[in-house]
Amino acid sequence: MRPVATPEIQTSCYHCGESCEKESVSFDQKTFCCQGCKLVYEVLSQNDLCEYYQLESAPGKSQKESSRLKNRFDYLDDLEVVQKLLDFKDEKESHITFYIPLIHCASCIWLLENLYQINKAIFSSRVDFVKKKVQIKFSQDQINLKEVVTLLSTLGYEPKINLSDLDQKNKSLIDRKTLTKLGVAGFCFGNMMLFSLPEYFSEARLLGEGFKRLFDYLNVVLSLPIVFYSASDYYRSAWNAVRQRKINMDVPIVLGIIAFFFYSLWEIFAQGNAGYMDSLGGLLFFLLLGKIYQQKTFATLEFDRDYKSYFPIAVTRLVQDQEEVIPLFKLQVGDVVLVRDEELIPADSLLLSDQANIDYSFVTGEEVPVPKRKGELIYAGGRQKGGAVLFTIQKSPSQSYLTDLWNNDSFAKSTKRLLEPLANRISGVFTWTVLTIAVAAFIFWIGNDLSIAVKAFTTVLIVACPCALSMSTPFTLGNTLRIFGRGKFYLKNAAVVERLALLDTIVFDKTGTLTDPANATIEYLGEPLSAETRSIIKAMVTRSTHPLSNRINLFLGNIHPVSLDSIQEIKGEGILASYKGQEFRLGSQRFTGLVDQSIPQDGNQVSISVEGVNLGFFHIQSGLRKGVSEVVKELSEGFELHMLSGDHSHERESLSQKLGTSLRFNFEQSPKDKLNYLKDLNAQGKNTLMVGDGLNDAGALQESQVGIAVTDRVSHFSPASDAILDADSFDKIPGFLSFARQSRQIIKASFALSFLYNIVGISLAVQGLLSPVLCAILMPLSSISVVIFATVATNLMGIRKGLIHLNKP
Amino acid sequence: MEVIFILIAISLLLAVTFLILFFRAMKDGQFDDSYTPSVRILFENQPKKSKKDQPKNTKSYE
Repeated sequence: MRPVATPEIQTSCYHCGESCEKESVSFDQKTFCCQGCKLVYEVLSQNDLCEYYQLESAPGKSQKESSRLKNRFDYLDDLEVVQKLLDFKDEKESHITFYIPLIHCASCIWLLENLYQINKAIFSSRVDFVKKKVQIKFSQDQINLKEVVTLLSTLGYEPKINLSDLDQKNKSLIDRKTLTKLGVAGFCFGNMMLFSLPEYFSEARLLGEGFKRLFDYLNVVLSLPIVFYSASDYYRSAWNAVRQRKINMDVPIVLGIIAFFFYSLWEIFAQGNAGYMDSLGGLLFFLLLGKIYQQKTFATLEFDRDYKSYFPIAVTRLVQDQEEVIPLFKLQVGDVVLVRDEELIPADSLLLSDQANIDYSFVTGEEVPVPKRKGELIYAGGRQKGGAVLFTIQKSPSQSYLTDLWNNDSFAKSTKRLLEPLANRISGVFTWTVLTIAVAAFIFWIGNDLSIAVKAFTTVLIVACPCALSMSTPFTLGNTLRIFGRGKFYLKNAAVVERLALLDTIVFDKTGTLTDPANATIEYLGEPLSAETRSIIKAMVTRSTHPLSNRINLFLGNIHPVSLDSIQEIKGEGILASYKGQEFRLGSQRFTGLVDQSIPQDGNQVSISVEGVNLGFFHIQSGLRKGVSEVVKELSEGFELHMLSGDHSHERESLSQKLGTSLRFNFEQSPKDKLNYLKDLNAQGKNTLMVGDGLNDAGALQESQVGIAVTDRVSHFSPASDAILDADSFDKIPGFLSFARQSRQIIKASFALSFLYNIVGISLAVQGLLSPVLCAILMPLSSISVVIFATVATNLMGIRKGLIHLNKP
Repeated sequence: MEVIFILIAISLLLAVTFLILFFRAMKDGQFDDSYTPSVRILFENQPKKSKKDQPKNTKSYE
């Protein structure tokens, strides 16, 4: 065991590394910050799993705040729920995959993969570190799902199970099918190149006619899996496009493949020549390679979340004063549910308790909780702050206001007008041009020689096959995606890059996007506070969970709180405390009895009174995120800017002072208003970018051409959107947008490059001069040079924009 | 030179074997997670330390 001798290590928890100056628990010569941490250590040491503490120091998470409600996993007794959660089940074993957000280090992997040492009923467990998931295989006869979850949460690794887990299992993120197709194409292409090599150097004739024929036939056999299996996605996509009377990038590719294949068959069987099967193999191989390169996924992030991901899987129902945990989908109208502190209200319901304090930031964006009284209707999605309260359900969860909003038709992305990718537009023109040239060449030669006419017609199609053209897009966009990822800007897929390049209007959400709750400005106005009063206020706010209290707490800084005689938090009003016989009130004006006209109308006020005498008030304004005013200034030159906010307009003046007049302000916007606002802009033909936090503006994010969700905790929380931006990178938005524009330029430039190849190739082909050797050199050369050009150009641009740091990989 | 026919057959057979191995690896999920194995390989398989007075309690988490 590692020696733990130095005094400063002694004061921090052996399990979680937090300091344990205030209280500490000693066990086995080690210090722990709480009973929870000690308990985890005890379990591990009893099972001989202390290597957990040697791989990383203090790898655990503090158990101080973990909820210890014994019955919170009771819903896992429900067979229907278990059935929906399991990946696999037979007579002997069950498999389940959990998402565990806490997985963060090597120790986590080690411990979770050694679960079988703690409980023999678990056969094996396997961690996917990047996705933060663990798959556990266990014997359902000896341990049930609830016990597995309880075991995990005892160890501090509580899995996160939410409503969307109950829906059909998600597909694996890495596209195995495309990889298989690439494998087949690579296998066939490699062998075809071997058999074709003698042909290039006229060695086949030296070997004798028998070998040459054999090699040609082998090439035909090897081309079959490529044409009929590896290329199947292209046929499907091209057919879909043609059926809708459109031409996409895949149409000329399919034309090329067909021309290649049948012309080569004709060459080999009718003419006794070598054909171009090897070029066909190379083409498909490189195309699929580009496809996989473009399919970069940010496996830890989910872009398609809806409200279900935020909703709890189970609720506590009261039946004849008995608590009972049931799955959400069994909740019925009229049920009485118990909602505890920080829990989400699952359905529209009436408040039964006297008072509740509901935080609606999830629904409206208003940061400050609203007090509610008995009998009021509370919408689903509100979060209770404070003690446990009772509700009676009015509507089933699937018919609530919030669900309604999510299920709004406009949420279906398919209905919205999407910008057509550049490649598709060019390929339309391209395909018709090539077909015209091919037909013209055919007509030109048909008078002289039919075989040359056929040859000219097909070779034009073959040479013009836009492999270089269709490779420049995936490689440029794929690389841009990677560079953005390094700048903590994660796109859903490569197509978003192109849409980013064409935007002209940007709409910002205020709360949580332009403003940062942690950045609030706070000032104290009124009679100066003595050091003692400050300590008293500190003691009062430390005991409260209200966001405004937290801010005052931060504002007061690190001073020592006094110990109060009594303290009482009155929900929606303020805090009442007594100290040395004096009554202190901290809270709303009504609560402290403050009547003063000089109070500024913007922001929030918290006033303080002693024995009914007002001292003054704290004036709190939501603070802007770092770099916001610069970003707005920079963007105002190229874009039309709008701001939407669910808040009241009391901050209009201070905001326009800070952000300038280029921004159009809109206050008191409900989620639906925001959605309609974006709809209007789109109807005006604007290409809109919505930047929001993805909660109350989720509809607007979906409606815009590109919706970016800004979040402080990318790995924990990623709402439905086209892109997710780490809040730290907010100031880089102008850089990302101009980068997207430049990658579009790069695509155009590589198109020009590949057109050059096509012109040379076609001019040879129309004359009927193209030999297999020339074809075999020209095709890979054009593809590879385009790929190199696209990759190098995007990387250079990334370095110039400061998005790639050369010293860091 | 006829030996080339046999050599070609062998080389194709070999290539097909590798292709099948690739499919098997894919089915086992070898390409699904390319990070975790790099950590896992560093774990040591320690011989179990036997504790004298403390019998192993497998139900201790309750």
